[in-house]
Amino acid sequence: MNWKKIRKNKNFIAGSILTGIMLLLILAGCFYTPYNPNTMDPSAKFAGVSLKHLMGCDNFGRDIFSRVLSGSRTTLIVAAGTVLIGVVFGILIGALTGYYGGVLDEVLMRINDAVFAFPSILLALLFISLLGSGKYHVIIALGIAFVPSFARIVRSEFIRNKNMDYVKSAKLQGAGDFRIMFVHILPNTMTVLLSAIMIGFNNAVLAEAGMSFLGIGVQPPDASLGRMLSEAQSFLFSAPMYALFPGLTIILLVLGFGLLSDGLKNE
Amino acid sequence: MIRVTDLNIEFFDHERPETVVYDFDLTLHEGEIVGLVGESGSGKSMSALAIAGLLSRKDMKKRGEILFEGVNLLDCDRKTLRKFQGNEIGMIFQEPMTSLNPVKKIGWQVEEALRLHTDLSKEERKKRAIEMLQKVELHEPERVYEQYPHELSGGMRQRVMIAAAMICDPKILIADEPTTALDVTIQEQIVALLKRINQEKKTAILFISHDLSLVHQLCERVLVMKGGYVVENGSADEIFYHPKEEYTKKLIAAIPKVVRKTEKDS
Repeated sequence: MNWKKIRKNKNFIAGSILTGIMLLLILAGCFYTPYNPNTMDPSAKFAGVSLKHLMGCDNFGRDIFSRVLSGSRTTLIVAAGTVLIGVVFGILIGALTGYYGGVLDEVLMRINDAVFAFPSILLALLFISLLGSGKYHVIIALGIAFVPSFARIVRSEFIRNKNMDYVKSAKLQGAGDFRIMFVHILPNTMTVLLSAIMIGFNNAVLAEAGMSFLGIGVQPPDASLGRMLSEAQSFLFSAPMYALFPGLTIILLVLGFGLLSDGLKNE
Repeated sequence: MIRVTDLNIEFFDHERPETVVYDFDLTLHEGEIVGLVGESGSGKSMSALAIAGLLSRKDMKKRGEILFEGVNLLDCDRKTLRKFQGNEIGMIFQEPMTSLNPVKKIGWQVEEALRLHTDLSKEERKKRAIEMLQKVELHEPERVYEQYPHELSGGMRQRVMIAAAMICDPKILIADEPTTALDVTIQEQIVALLKRINQEKKTAILFISHDLSLVHQLCERVLVMKGGYVVENGSADEIFYHPKEEYTKKLIAAIPKVVRKTEKDS
């Protein structure tokens, strides 16, 4: 990767700027929000957009800007946790099945296919009904649902790489199987994996928003973008700003990661 | 030092079993360079991979014996085999473009065998690696150490491969068509380099090629393979000047000769 090439990669630049701004805002929101996101102020009920309330107030008089900041943070934490679980187990399963093949591959990949056959939201619903709702349970549920897609990507990359001469030379230098898998081959799958991670991040943001929208995700009083959307539903005509801002935030987050993923793919 | 007797390799991954190497015999002494010639598919690479312990344990059956320092490499456990690989047996491949890991620095790759077989510190490893890069006649070894494979030419990569294979001073170096993918002038240099390494370190070299003239330059002894059988076996001069087999004669006749135009005219 060199700078000249990166400068030409418009998707990558736009994606990193957009994602960068969003992450900075969210990070700033960890230390400072204009108002406490959960403090209700009856006098400011449905306050419009003003300098005092950048995005107005909701039906309880809570500052929407502060709630969007803390809600995006929850959404991001859930998405990051989900992707982390998906990637770690995906790499493990993908590496083992891709490198060894044979019976292990058959067994693990058939289980993988079975999990993959269900839409991830449906699967997450199933786990939530078993585990109960809450932030961490959402992470585990979505994480498990995300493993198969990462496992497939890693597996196909390992199959492509394992017969290359550099793997043969590593074997010949006396490297063991695990060293070959995780030190020699894994770094070669990174471009594909990174792009998949970005897409996975997107899907996780959307899945979390969807689940919270349905009321089975993050529980009040924690703010979450999906939760805010679902609360805003009843006031869609009287206070459209309430739905607009969380929705816009989701769009910007997803767009940023989508552009980044596209940019990385073209590298 | 290494003795291969009655090596047979049989594949099982297709509908019917297929034998690719029959009764292969080879003895390699210290400091000796032995050539293995034959056309594509004659079984020469398969025999070499078997000696290097690189053939998979699935889908194929191997019979015979590969004795190295009293251990049969064909049926020893993986741990013993790995101790030999890189430390006692090194190998370089035909395609220098793919035999280096594209995302790792040259230095890291040259050091790999040291990392696995010795407990030298990071600085000592780096020192050894740079020395080795210098020995294979790479200019600016410090710079090459920090570079990635795509920044080097084919000839340079093959030198890096030789450096990586030789860093633990193995007793045997298997060179599987190391010059086939290189142009003629680089071929000469690589062959000269192999010869120098052989003389300095007394490394035994098994040189695999289909280029008989190169083999004649480098090797003392030559094995000719065809269709999985060793058809002829003898000293390089004997085979080059007095071939017995029809196939060897054909191979020698296939060497392109440069004839000066003036000589041809007169």
